[in-house]
Amino acid sequence: MKTKNLTCIVCPLGCELTVTLDGKTVVEVSGNTCPRGKQYAIDECTAPTRTLTSTVRLADSEEMLPVKTASPIPKEALMPAMAALQDVVAHAPVAIGDVVLKNVAATGVDIIATKNVK
Amino acid sequence: MKQVDLVIIGGGPAGMAAAVAARENGLEDILIIERDNALGGILRQCIHNGFGLHRFGEELTGPEYAARYETEVEALGIPYLLNTIVTAITPDRVVTAMNSEDGVFSVQAKAIVLAMGCRERSRGALNIPGNRPAGVYSAGAAQKFVNMKGYLPGRKVVILGSGDIGLIMARRMTLEGAEVQAVCEVMPYSGGLQRNIQQCLKDFDIPLYLSHTVTEIHGKERVTGVTVSKVDEQRRPVAGSEMYFACNTLLLSVGLIPENELTKGADIPLDPITGGALVDESRQTATEGIFACGNVLHVHDLVDYVSEEAALAGKAAADYVLAGAAGDSPRRVIAAGAVRYTVPQTIRRTDKDVTVYFRVGSPCTAATVRVTCGDVELLKKKKPKMAPGEMESVTLKADKLIACSGDITVSVEV
Amino acid sequence: MYDVAIIGGGVVGGMLARELSRYQLSVVILEKEYDVAMGASKANSGIVHGGFDAKPDTLKARLNVRGCEMMPTVAAELGVPYRNNGSLVVAQDEESLAAVRELYQRGVENGVPAITVLDEAALRELAPAVKGIAALYAPSAGIVCPYTLTVAAIGNAMDNGVELRRGFGVDRIEKTTDGYVLYAAEDTVETRYVVNAAGVHADDIARLVRDDYFRITPRAGEYILLDKEAGCVVEQTVFGAPSKMGKGILVSPTTHGNLLLGPTATDIENKEDTATTYEGLQKVIGGANRMVEGVPVGKAITSFCGLRSTPDRYDFIIEPSPSNPHFLHLAGIESPGLSSSPAIAEYAVELLGQMGLALTKKTDFNPIRERVDAFRHLSDEEKNEIIRKDSRYGRIVCRCEQVTEGEIVAAIHRNPGATDTDGIKRRTRGGMGRCQGGFCQPVVAEILARELGIPLQQVTKSGGSSYLLTDKTK
Repeated sequence: MKTKNLTCIVCPLGCELTVTLDGKTVVEVSGNTCPRGKQYAIDECTAPTRTLTSTVRLADSEEMLPVKTASPIPKEALMPAMAALQDVVAHAPVAIGDVVLKNVAATGVDIIATKNVK
Repeated sequence: MKQVDLVIIGGGPAGMAAAVAARENGLEDILIIERDNALGGILRQCIHNGFGLHRFGEELTGPEYAARYETEVEALGIPYLLNTIVTAITPDRVVTAMNSEDGVFSVQAKAIVLAMGCRERSRGALNIPGNRPAGVYSAGAAQKFVNMKGYLPGRKVVILGSGDIGLIMARRMTLEGAEVQAVCEVMPYSGGLQRNIQQCLKDFDIPLYLSHTVTEIHGKERVTGVTVSKVDEQRRPVAGSEMYFACNTLLLSVGLIPENELTKGADIPLDPITGGALVDESRQTATEGIFACGNVLHVHDLVDYVSEEAALAGKAAADYVLAGAAGDSPRRVIAAGAVRYTVPQTIRRTDKDVTVYFRVGSPCTAATVRVTCGDVELLKKKKPKMAPGEMESVTLKADKLIACSGDITVSVEV
Repeated sequence: MYDVAIIGGGVVGGMLARELSRYQLSVVILEKEYDVAMGASKANSGIVHGGFDAKPDTLKARLNVRGCEMMPTVAAELGVPYRNNGSLVVAQDEESLAAVRELYQRGVENGVPAITVLDEAALRELAPAVKGIAALYAPSAGIVCPYTLTVAAIGNAMDNGVELRRGFGVDRIEKTTDGYVLYAAEDTVETRYVVNAAGVHADDIARLVRDDYFRITPRAGEYILLDKEAGCVVEQTVFGAPSKMGKGILVSPTTHGNLLLGPTATDIENKEDTATTYEGLQKVIGGANRMVEGVPVGKAITSFCGLRSTPDRYDFIIEPSPSNPHFLHLAGIESPGLSSSPAIAEYAVELLGQMGLALTKKTDFNPIRERVDAFRHLSDEEKNEIIRKDSRYGRIVCRCEQVTEGEIVAAIHRNPGATDTDGIKRRTRGGMGRCQGGFCQPVVAEILARELGIPLQQVTKSGGSSYLLTDKTK
């Protein structure tokens, strides 16, 4: 049995979590103030994920289009996902939630727009 | 002169939330004046997520959060002017502004909500010795270049200051292919949120040097490197502790300052600690009919709290226009012990619960928050951990406030 | 073939160029940097000294008093902010009181008007924040914005026909039968007369024609500039009593309403080393606090360092080359160089005449240059008239200093046009306020790219390789 200290990143509260591990199995989570904290600790110790936010080019515009992954992707997929965004060009009009790129870096997660552009 | 019931200066998260609240409380005649070419304020460049958990119960990015309020402003048909800068306000609520279409014009307002936000502290304020080459940016300027314009200010980066924008930019620049070599923080603790230390630095193995600062900037035309030194308890550099980092970019995330030039111009009294106006629980400044909210009042950690505060101010401004001045003579709220400041700094009305926000001056553990009025204890609670980077609050119950009189003291004892 | 080539686009070269543009002459300014006013002219105290400091019967004494007298008119013609705020040299003990009395005697001998010694009570009345037992008061002294003055002088000279070549670092000079050929890395200029106004590099230039009889030592002076909010703790320019190394730390308002503290005085080796130092900035703060009560040093918005051109003799070196005909040195122009600059120009023209330069006045010389900050001084009605004609004047780019896009565009297209963000800053004050360009630099960079027809990545802070941005993200 060993323990691991984590800072919860689910919300800005940033709870200090203590996770008790038996090998790779989470035995106990303490320090969390909500159930999502517990889930975060379990995920973080077994299969950490992150929401990626970035930008893609927007055709005929001086400004970039902000985007994000529709749900968290495995941490190790962050850089491959960034690479996949390099050549994506979005076209106005775009609405928040519109899919900009399907199944980014084979994660099964789509990249969606986070800004409305008329 | 054109007459408007309520002029809101700034169309960022605070201004929009104040406008929506004012309209929802029955005020028709509202005008938002925004200096940029779109509503949304600084959220437009904060493309990262983490916004909205309190306000909307889900995690949004900055532009998504702003869009929620923009949609409301549009749906309620609240008029706004873009690309318009307010150049002066007066204590009797004349607002002078300028834009390309209307030129210089003045508006007589019945009430004003100040929602101008804040700006970043610059290199000059730190007096960092060395050359003055290109490649030294405030983290926010870099954020604008990267996120809105799609340009990288540099590829090898050192960041001074562990405020949230600096941490967020460490991750953002890394994702875009830059090499962030170090984040230095002059204080022995970070000014940013713990979650950002984790997901912006630790995730990418970016070292955080606490009690360290940049003591020299090298390079004549473009930054070629920086010297980083350890500092002692008085924040003076320790000789012999110098480390050299070769880099072409130095980002500064060394604090935010409420932008109160207009406020000062109208002789509205400011709190020297927050840098914002002194306000009562409705966020009315000491000048009747002028309200302030959001980062122009005090720098918030979370936009959710900005919206909450702005809604208070917007409602109060609407009430003021519709029902006139209200409230008793102000009772002071005094910061004591480890408490650095409180907002509000005065309380007038005691018919409703009042939430007092505060920050501690340095990290505390096993602290006790106590609110007293003379000998009466209004509230006492234990906090295992408190840090200057995280805003705290206490809610004072109306019945308890009514039952006592005089100044109220908020203290933290360790 | 030019009639006169001036090496150096600082305040000395600029003022001379303007003076020469009154005559039927072809004149070129050769500036090694990418903009004018890049040496001491952009980093000095901005003081128009009364003229009591220099030893009597020196060029310094004569040209300072004359320059101080000329400055209000010159500044008005060039649309440059100038204020006659007077100066105080403060004595804090008996020893420095003796020095102050000596300065008074010099001042009288040099012909400084209305100079007096104030006792403690009179000093307190005039300048309550100043800590001293007595002070020398020179009511004729003033302050001027040194880089605006240089830019305006060169701009006015250019409007009157003078040429400016930037990035022209003279590295070789060849004598010809009727003049000189000046070589830079990729360019040459032929001229009949040469004026050496190369600041800290004046001795290097002199050596190119084998005039190896004087040395210029760069003497670093570090400054701290405070926010306008720091306000006017003092109205006058306040000096400590002088020492061998200069006039000590001063506390002075600037023409733009900031408060300036400095300079230090350290002789250094490298003529390009304008880095500030921890020790230097501490010294500035200490010196300012010693002399003036309540200096809000926490309100710093920037610090900088300038290099004085200190000669190896007491006086300015203003003389024809002893061995090269038609070659004039204007060297060792340390303090009070800015104050003297209009008089140096006048005197240099006289010398050039004596050296044989034909001086025939033009009939169409226009001494007037419109204020660079004209727009913000207009009434609302006048502003609206301009905005109706050019809507860019309705768009504020720099919030802190309230500079409009119209002014920035004008600074790019008006002589001598700005080509980088620092150039915009010096000409319009855009980016010079309390946020130091945090908000407006991206916008200024975009305007520069658009107006100059270059990609955003090619926009620089200050020429050369001072690029603002390195790559596109995508």
